[in-house]
Amino acid sequence: MPKMTSQSNILAGQSPTRRKWRMFNDKAASHLVRLGGLSVIFAITLIFFYLLSVVIPLFEGAEIEKRYEYQIPALTEQQTLHYVIDEQGEVAIRLSEDGIATSFNLANGEVFEQVTLTNEKITSFGRGDPGSGNVVLGLANGSAIAVKLGFKTVFTETGRTVSAEYTHILGEDPIEVDEEGLALTHITLQSNDESTSIVAINESSTLRITKFLKEDSLFEDEVEFEQVNATIGQLDYDVQKLLIDNVQRLMYVADNVGAIFVYDISDIEDVRLYERKVISSDNQPFADIQLAAGGVSLIIAQQSDSVSQWFPVRDENNDYSLALVREFHLGNSLISQVTPEYFRKEFFSMSESGELGIHHLTAHQTLIHEKVSDVKITQLVISPRSNYALLEDAEGKIQVWHVINEYPEVSWSSLWGKVWYEGYDEADYIWQSSAADSDFEAKLSLVPLSFGTLKAAFYAMMVAVPLAIFGAIYTAYFMSSRLRQTVKPTIEIMEALPTVILGFLAGLWFAPFLETHMPGVFAVSLLLPLGVLLFAYLWYKSPKSLTGWVPDGWQPILLIPIIILIVWGAIAVSPAMETAFFGGNMPIWLNQEMGISYDQRNAMVVGFAMGFAVIPTIYSIAEDAIFGVPKHLTNGSLALGATPWQTLTRVVILTASPGIFSAVMIGFGRAVGETMIVLMATGNTPILDFNIFEGMRTLSANIAVEMPEAEVGSTHYRVLFLAALILFIFTFMFNTIAELVRQRLRKKYSSL
Amino acid sequence: MKTWFKSGSPWIWLSASAVSMSLIMVVGLIGLIAIRGLGIYWPSEIHQIDVKKVDGSSEVLIGEIYDSEIVSRGRLEGAGIKLEGDEQFFDRTLYKVGNREIYGVDFKWVLNNKIKSEVYPQDIVVFERREWGNLYGFIENVKENNVIKPVTDVWSDFQSRVDRAMDLHEQIKVIEKDEIGRINAALERLRLKAKKLELTGSLTPESIIEIEADTAAQNKIYEGLQGRLAALYAEIKRDQVVVKVASGQSVDISISEVVRTWMPNNMGLFEKIGFYATSVWLFVSEEPREANTEGGIFPAIFGTIMMVIIMSIIVTPFGIVAAVYLKEYASQGFITRTIRIAVNNLAGVPSIVYGVFGLGFFVYFLGGNIDQLFFPEALPAPTFGTPGILWASLTLAILTVPVVIVATEEGLSRVPKNIREGSLALGATKWETLWKTVLPMASPAMMTGLILAVARAAGEVAPLMLVGVVKLAPTLPLDMTFPYLHLDRKFMHLGFHIYDVGFQSPNIEAARPLVYATAFLLVVVIIFLNLAAISVRNRLREKFKGYDS
Repeated sequence: MPKMTSQSNILAGQSPTRRKWRMFNDKAASHLVRLGGLSVIFAITLIFFYLLSVVIPLFEGAEIEKRYEYQIPALTEQQTLHYVIDEQGEVAIRLSEDGIATSFNLANGEVFEQVTLTNEKITSFGRGDPGSGNVVLGLANGSAIAVKLGFKTVFTETGRTVSAEYTHILGEDPIEVDEEGLALTHITLQSNDESTSIVAINESSTLRITKFLKEDSLFEDEVEFEQVNATIGQLDYDVQKLLIDNVQRLMYVADNVGAIFVYDISDIEDVRLYERKVISSDNQPFADIQLAAGGVSLIIAQQSDSVSQWFPVRDENNDYSLALVREFHLGNSLISQVTPEYFRKEFFSMSESGELGIHHLTAHQTLIHEKVSDVKITQLVISPRSNYALLEDAEGKIQVWHVINEYPEVSWSSLWGKVWYEGYDEADYIWQSSAADSDFEAKLSLVPLSFGTLKAAFYAMMVAVPLAIFGAIYTAYFMSSRLRQTVKPTIEIMEALPTVILGFLAGLWFAPFLETHMPGVFAVSLLLPLGVLLFAYLWYKSPKSLTGWVPDGWQPILLIPIIILIVWGAIAVSPAMETAFFGGNMPIWLNQEMGISYDQRNAMVVGFAMGFAVIPTIYSIAEDAIFGVPKHLTNGSLALGATPWQTLTRVVILTASPGIFSAVMIGFGRAVGETMIVLMATGNTPILDFNIFEGMRTLSANIAVEMPEAEVGSTHYRVLFLAALILFIFTFMFNTIAELVRQRLRKKYSSL
Repeated sequence: MKTWFKSGSPWIWLSASAVSMSLIMVVGLIGLIAIRGLGIYWPSEIHQIDVKKVDGSSEVLIGEIYDSEIVSRGRLEGAGIKLEGDEQFFDRTLYKVGNREIYGVDFKWVLNNKIKSEVYPQDIVVFERREWGNLYGFIENVKENNVIKPVTDVWSDFQSRVDRAMDLHEQIKVIEKDEIGRINAALERLRLKAKKLELTGSLTPESIIEIEADTAAQNKIYEGLQGRLAALYAEIKRDQVVVKVASGQSVDISISEVVRTWMPNNMGLFEKIGFYATSVWLFVSEEPREANTEGGIFPAIFGTIMMVIIMSIIVTPFGIVAAVYLKEYASQGFITRTIRIAVNNLAGVPSIVYGVFGLGFFVYFLGGNIDQLFFPEALPAPTFGTPGILWASLTLAILTVPVVIVATEEGLSRVPKNIREGSLALGATKWETLWKTVLPMASPAMMTGLILAVARAAGEVAPLMLVGVVKLAPTLPLDMTFPYLHLDRKFMHLGFHIYDVGFQSPNIEAARPLVYATAFLLVVVIIFLNLAAISVRNRLREKFKGYDS
């Protein structure tokens, strides 16, 4: 017996260790396959979640966190005029009414240095573009001093130290602004590399302007200025504030009843008043008025909860007029102060009751609105990188808040709505992600791109759907099975053709061909069905002895020479048609006679090329669906006396319609995501025009063009990821619906 | 007529015409690419024509016919061409006249009715050059150091000089590319070594001395090579050839510039076939010249193959494991069905989305972290934190993994149930059944999946533009410098080559034939791969037909 056992064990391979080993192997393989399978599925789903994780920060609001709080350093009776913070957020400067500038550690208020900028009594204060750091002090004797409150960074062995630096931009001596020597009640300046403008109002309401033109000096380190003074006039109203735009062309004078006077100061010898724009409806002075970054837009806070953006829009006489661009309503809080950011079109607001708000102008969104203080805040200052906000309260304390606000310029409305950008005459959908100008703000509307995507897909479907579905119907229902065995794989192999080749042919062969043979191409689309019908009729009328040798289901082969002949004929007479009807050049004729602009690489080219690419997809799925219709259904219909065509339209297509529908859906999904064809066969201009003779820019082509240049982690980069996510979700949804429809159809077929 | 319409027959004919049109489009497209792509290396006849100009004088042109068309008067006048007579349509021919540095343009349209005479001189020579494209003309004589060498047989003397120059050129290339390249790589390694020691704080005076000595040694070799190069350059510049071009003027061409010469009008059919074969070989084996518009496409072929191989190595095991899991191990409930649909649909997600994912996740996230961990000495210059062939292959692996999964699953489901049951009944474990019977039977399906994946990867361009393809890669991803396989390098790709040369090159007209040839090569490869996949699949289906019944 023991011998037997061992023998059978050997036969079945069942020695105990071997058996254990096999069982272990089986278990281990099972775990490994599970692990491997799940990790592949995880890797695939990762795509979606990774794209999402890059996109989500775009839609997050701002965060603020109180970092430090301390007494105002070197506090005197004198009120604060202004604060400036350095770029790193380490050192700040406080400028007070007695002309003393105090630099201190932003983290704890420790005083580094105090400098007296002037001993004269200061009667007014103004500042230029925040990025420049320039301020101007109007003095009691009618003169002014312009100082740049800056910082210098010194790198030493132990690290870097930042200290305040004061530069008199127009020389050490006070500048005489008012000839009469009267105290200046209001003043402001704006300065750039070539010139500096100062406008001021004296005690007797005289508005004066002083312009300094930089002169090239023989000695390099000495800068000389040519000073021009001019008097604009005596004002008959009380002034609240003066502002000059960054290019020193327009000057805004806010009166104390809520209106703004707009002057053209580009030529100071001939200052013109454009208009008096009434802003406030109840004749109240403004709570605050500031220039937004870039110095074009005005941010106007009224004595209510409303803050609005205005900028000059050129009218038909080339005159500027202020236009209300957008308005923010900030709940029930009364605004006391607004502070623009240095570089982005964004501002911080402070309410009487101590609520801090961060708002982006172009995106028209409030990123945060939060109560930060119970005491009234008297000063609100932002650091150059907008990551710190310094708040001075009425009790002599300074609070420093850390701000995290990376992507304020993107909101639902800026992506999908009309946006009125600075410098434009009206709100519009614009995609323009980069430009040479540093004042430029990125215009990230996804509407033109989505529109272009749908436009390209639409024209592609116009070409593909009829051809593919009719072809599928014929192949599945009428074609002889021997022919079908070669025709179907031949058409399906088109699907594998690299789209870069289709794009290249479309762009370099078909587009120029279409431009020179347009009448011919149009004639083909008209003559082809007619020619085929004519041939079919003749065939039908011909005696059987002539047509009998062609078995049923071979018509396509019969038609091939006919179609080639028609196409060749139409193309051959194209120049003649063009000369006869379109003045010899149809694109020019279209432009001049019909007012339709013509691009060589247009939607029609894309329609043909991309239609070509999606024909096999639609064809293959639709053919499967039609071919899968159970034979007893059709046989029953035919037995009842219906013609093949009647059976087709009333039985077969109805049964297979979900499959045809899902074929079109999948084809559409493919057309939407196709990149290379649109990249090569269109001009890639993001326009909103359905004209078949103009191009478009699609989401996918846009990604291909701009992604390599987008800075990692920037707003632009994330918006491109958003475009990819949209494509992903869109095609995934379409395909899923199509797949579900197909599965239900399959179930239906098997139950029939 | 009415009954005919009622029978639905016209509709049947119309739908038949849709099939015909699709067929014409497929065949026509492939035919178009084939004709244009295959024709470019045929040594076509060179015409010498006498063209009447507007002012009555005449101009001699030498060139090959490139294109011809019928054009209407309106279009010609719209282009600013003055016409006589009152014909409405004109035949015109596009001649490739070459001699770019002399005429400024390579191509010239000529109205056929302006051609006064046309001859085919036997001794017109075509010079293929390293710069400025082709040159057409007659050889007058050969110069050595700018002195005319009197020889009896100018042509054969010229040929031997061309061979000599080619030889020297090859030597220069070896020095410049391989030897100096190796020195540069060694110097870079030394620099990184020093940086690494510095970063880890173990830079001792001895090691500094050692590294400096090594650097000095490499520099010394470099100087020696420089000397040899200078000598070779002096040698190669020795010979010139004097060519009489169409306008009658004689031009001196340095023979070092010449790649190949031939006399097409003097060639017999077999000579032409031989020439054609050589040209095709040069096309697939040479490196590109003149901003990719001339020369060969070897680096693009090589890059494409490399990428596809790396991708296959990644995608095959993972795709098969995932399919086996879904089919054999996962419980076939709602979740598995959902996963299956999702995997299926991922094949329909636009490829550019995968490119974006690859750029963000692989290049910047994974690559950035790899650089921080393993290559801190090279920072801030990225090693793996920049697009490269590894990331491109990985991206395409993710893109094609659904294809492999779907095909493998289909193969697994085609393995008849009774075979599994038989194996299990004989006492085999599940894994043994899978490994010994099911998987081998499904292997053709896996092959199909892999072939389809490769075909898709070879034709995909959009995602590659983001994750590693460049228009001109100075070095291949596989070469003779350590560590031989450079997964971090950027590479060239056939599909991108088509896009780049067709749309970004300065002289599109001259580059167009090359694009057609490249496109033809790509189409042939992809159609071949697809046909292979189809035939493997069909064979599998045939094989299992008998088992189920």
